[in-house]
Amino acid sequence: MRIGTARQDYITDEALFDTTTQRVWMAVFLAVLVAYPFVANDYWLYLACLVAIHVASATGLNILTGYTGLVSLGQAAFMGLGAYTVAVLETRYGTPFLFNLFAGGVVAMVGGIIVGVPSLRVKGLYLAIATIAASFIAHFLFVNLGFTGGTGGLSVPPATVFGLALDTSFRIYWLIMPVTILMVLGAANLFRTRVGRAFIAIRDRDISAEVLGIPLLRYKLLSFALSSFYAGVAGGLWAYFFRVVTPESFPLLLSIFFLAAIIVGGMGSILGAILGAIFMTMVPEVLRLVVGWLPIEGDTLQYVAPVRTIVFGLLIILFLIFEPHGLAEVWRRIRRFFHLWPFRT
Amino acid sequence: MDWLFFFEVVLAGIGGGALYALAGIAFVIIYKATRVVNLAIGEMLMMGAYFFLTFFAILELPLWAAVVLALVSGAALGGVIERLAIRPMLGEDPISVFMVTVGLGSIMVGLVEIIWTADQRRLPEFMPSEPIFLGEAFISSKVFYGFLIALALVILVVCIFRYWRGGVALRATASDQGAAYAMGINVPRVFSLAWVAAAALATVAGIVVGAIGGLSSSMGVFGLSVLVVVIVGGLDSVVGAMAAGLLIGVLEALAGAFLGGEYKLLTTFIVLVVVLMLRPYGLFGTREIERL
Repeated sequence: MRIGTARQDYITDEALFDTTTQRVWMAVFLAVLVAYPFVANDYWLYLACLVAIHVASATGLNILTGYTGLVSLGQAAFMGLGAYTVAVLETRYGTPFLFNLFAGGVVAMVGGIIVGVPSLRVKGLYLAIATIAASFIAHFLFVNLGFTGGTGGLSVPPATVFGLALDTSFRIYWLIMPVTILMVLGAANLFRTRVGRAFIAIRDRDISAEVLGIPLLRYKLLSFALSSFYAGVAGGLWAYFFRVVTPESFPLLLSIFFLAAIIVGGMGSILGAILGAIFMTMVPEVLRLVVGWLPIEGDTLQYVAPVRTIVFGLLIILFLIFEPHGLAEVWRRIRRFFHLWPFRT
Repeated sequence: MDWLFFFEVVLAGIGGGALYALAGIAFVIIYKATRVVNLAIGEMLMMGAYFFLTFFAILELPLWAAVVLALVSGAALGGVIERLAIRPMLGEDPISVFMVTVGLGSIMVGLVEIIWTADQRRLPEFMPSEPIFLGEAFISSKVFYGFLIALALVILVVCIFRYWRGGVALRATASDQGAAYAMGINVPRVFSLAWVAAAALATVAGIVVGAIGGLSSSMGVFGLSVLVVVIVGGLDSVVGAMAAGLLIGVLEALAGAFLGGEYKLLTTFIVLVVVLMLRPYGLFGTREIERL
């Protein structure tokens, strides 16, 4: 609980950032994001872009899983749909990139609605496994549809703004970061509206929500649609960033990665999805550094991949057992410590 | 239409399906007793196969000793998993527990890659290799013996469920945990028992699958088909696991033979979606009644 925030009307109560401190820090954060590409080298820029894409997709999954309570293991497949849409539009028709990104989101959204249709009858883990089916069917389509380039995939020309090709990490950063920020902001605002509140009601108890007059099918489908729209746009950014799209780019493991990210970060929290995506993307990089330092003879690189897999699993388990509310809760605790200092909680 | 070929494919499918059924039963035991959806079933199976590889091919023990040791190690693994990762999650949201098993699967894949390397391994031949003929139809001997092993184990499990005290305790816990507690059943012990038994069954399935298809760190994919099998059959139904195992096995074999290998998983998953649309709780699953 924050001290000294006596709210006197509903507008201040519902505000996204409710104190001056928060607004100041947010401005500082934005300034850092703007300054970042001018100081960071290529490797760190590459990581920042990757993190931003993952944040966008994880935020989408958080809408569906964290806020509506529908577990999905199809997020990677929806990203794939978005990425392929962007790739096909860009190579075949050369339409403007913003339109492509939007189209990627819409195609993924349609896919999401189709996958979501069984969600009224099928619940919980049955649904999670049905979404695995979706990701296999999507993989099959990517390989066999013909215009998707088969197993070799498609290579994507860079996005262009007024003749300027966004072909370096520095340039594409200015596309990826604003889009991600917009989407995160959109998600944060969503949960101040009727729709977002309905999602939360469905998560807490779907039958009760229906009794309260929330049409379950419509809202569940809406949640699927929004979540896969996010994934689609993230996939589109992914396509512009890596500039090659193959069926193997979006494996089931990537869906598990996103689910793990929102668990580690904290389900049902905007900050959680962001922290989780950052954390899960950075862990492999940190591991690579650590393994590089270890005084092991011979080829240490062969251990990197398996160690990464193990750490990935361990993180999921340890967080679920010891910190079920995730990094967002850790963050809140740290913040509370400083707010209340010198008193303890 | 070549009926003999068709018949052979169906037989091979039944053989493969029996293994699905066996692994599916391992899954169902865990689900019935502890309500945990164990996504790591494929990886448990893989660990079992690698234990067998170690004892049989690397340490060159006799077959019976290798099988027994692999079973014991597999069962011990199941017990350790239950104790360290599943027990602390008791009473948590099923989705969290599900994600714990996802993490477990990931850890096991990593362990296999570190200990046994990621290369494909083959088990030495240990089953008689003369092909079996059923009438005119040819069956690969491994598939045939795999089927026999699976069949024997399935019958054994069904009998245990029916007659042994532990099996009865397991069914009692499955139908009503609180009542089982009140009747003096040690429910945590039942949980351990379920994991140990399931891990031992998975080990056997892993040995046979490894003998047929070789070992690799991506063997866990087998677990995905098993997952489909149990969902189609109904998560808490032993009969369902058997029926759906055979069904999926045959369909997969038919799709592989007549459409091509890449259609195998696609077929399984389309069957899954269709079944879920028609019967959301699987073919034989109990429909949960929700109350507010």
